[in-house]
Amino acid sequence: MKACLLALVLVTEAWAGTPSDTRQQQLIHLLKHDCGSCHGLTLQGGLGPALLAEAIADKADAFLLTTILNGRKGTAMPPWRDFISPAEAQWLVSYLRHHQN
Amino acid sequence: MMFSRFLLLSTLLIVSVIGHAELRATGDLGLVIERERGTALIINSSQKTILKRIEGLGDLSHASVVFSRDQRYAYVFGRDGGLSKIDLLLDKIEKRIIQAGNSIGGAISQDGRLIAVSNYSPGGIKIFSSDTLALVADIPAIYGDEQQSKVVGLVDAPGQRFVFSLFDAGEIWLVDVNNLQQPLIQKFKEVGSQPYDALLSPDGRYYIAGLFGESGLALLDLWQPELGVTRILSDYGKQDEKLPVYKMPHLEGWAVADDLMFVPAVGQHEVLVINKRNWQLLKRIPVLGQPVFVMARPDGRQIWVNFAFPDNQHLQVIDVKDLTLMKSLTPGKAVLHMEFTPRGEDIWVSVRDEDRVIVYDTERFTEKARIEAEKPSGIFFSARAHKLGL
Ligand code: HEC
Repeated sequence: MKACLLALVLVTEAWAGTPSDTRQQQLIHLLKHDCGSCHGLTLQGGLGPALLAEAIADKADAFLLTTILNGRKGTAMPPWRDFISPAEAQWLVSYLRHHQN
Repeated sequence: MMFSRFLLLSTLLIVSVIGHAELRATGDLGLVIERERGTALIINSSQKTILKRIEGLGDLSHASVVFSRDQRYAYVFGRDGGLSKIDLLLDKIEKRIIQAGNSIGGAISQDGRLIAVSNYSPGGIKIFSSDTLALVADIPAIYGDEQQSKVVGLVDAPGQRFVFSLFDAGEIWLVDVNNLQQPLIQKFKEVGSQPYDALLSPDGRYYIAGLFGESGLALLDLWQPELGVTRILSDYGKQDEKLPVYKMPHLEGWAVADDLMFVPAVGQHEVLVINKRNWQLLKRIPVLGQPVFVMARPDGRQIWVNFAFPDNQHLQVIDVKDLTLMKSLTPGKAVLHMEFTPRGEDIWVSVRDEDRVIVYDTERFTEKARIEAEKPSGIFFSARAHKLGL
């Protein structure tokens, strides 16, 4: 069952188009430094909230994904859709889910 | 006899040579923050050399620095709430404390005896002895219904005061710390939505906070605080579509040159020129991205501007004589910060993703030196020790 679930996850990610290794490195760099200017280099929060695994545990993927792509009006969170594709945003969200300090 | 005299002489020589080598002045020293390593480089801005790397400063992703008035010590404020006192003569951390969970900046008092730190969480300021780093006062930023606000834009002001803004509350607080047992707090409410940073005019008279949640700036005249906070430029850019802001502008280096003030627009790719006599907008100068730092050369003749992602590989220079762009430079990927030498012949520029600091000649715009640094961000020279609001 577990293996099956894992396979399913892998398939979904492949379907969404997992970013290439180089692109993943770029996304991590972006997360650390450019998202980090508001969320902190270690993602523990700053002007924006903490993005560590436990901080976003009870928030749905779709919600976080939309926040990243479209930003949030009336707050300092800008839309990133011109620089990050939906598949890349999905990859970032799963990366964040596994990111502890 | 002859021999012993020779011995004595050479011993004296050696002693004087060693003694001499140990002497170091600190007026032209500074720190370059290496944000990812959590280290800082002590540099000499005359020789353009690195003297020492100081390790173990914690999370420096939003670090800033102030200097003791004798220019011997640098106080580094880290994102993780760390406050470190670095001895620039002995190349070491003299003392380091973790004073909050999440912090953003700090200031040194007029008399040099107090260090104030502004914190995001728990939101407020804490005040320490600059000598021992012992806590001497704690001022939580409580507003409304027992909520606690992030604090930004903390500066020192004449009269042994500190001024800061409450991001979530939209308030400005003026704190008189002449009596540490009982700091006098004056609160200005409803100054505008989401003040995100502030500056003090170089003469120490005006405290000006930039607003993120609405157009304009909040202005407090410290010579007559009883007049309250007034709003300036509130109509500016109202009808224009706001462009996304990928990095908050910083207002520490807001440039006040001549009777003009130069500030970054928020959500517009423009530098705004404000006439300080009447606080009216004089000109909007289009630039190539969202400005982050807008800094005047010490003589006020030039304004240097860097930019937010995705235009952060560039720098632009405005000629104050006729308020036009005079130069564009491309130092490399992720230009984060700039610092002028005290009289402005050079500017040091940190280029994060190229792992270097570039020193430019500000008259000729030529490169004078490159200094290797790992993911450099803020650059702070000890000349700040004698400037109000820095
Ligand atoms: C200019 C500042 C800024 C930058 C840069 C920034 N954010 Fe944000 N972000 C915010 C703020 C402020 C919020 C909270 C918005 C609110 O109040 O609802 C936020 C919210 C979020 C959330 C939702 C968190 C939650 O708990 O609901 C996610 C996810 C997020 N940001 C991801 C990112 C990523 C990924 C990047 C970089 C690609 C990024 N942010 C860059 C300011 C920023």
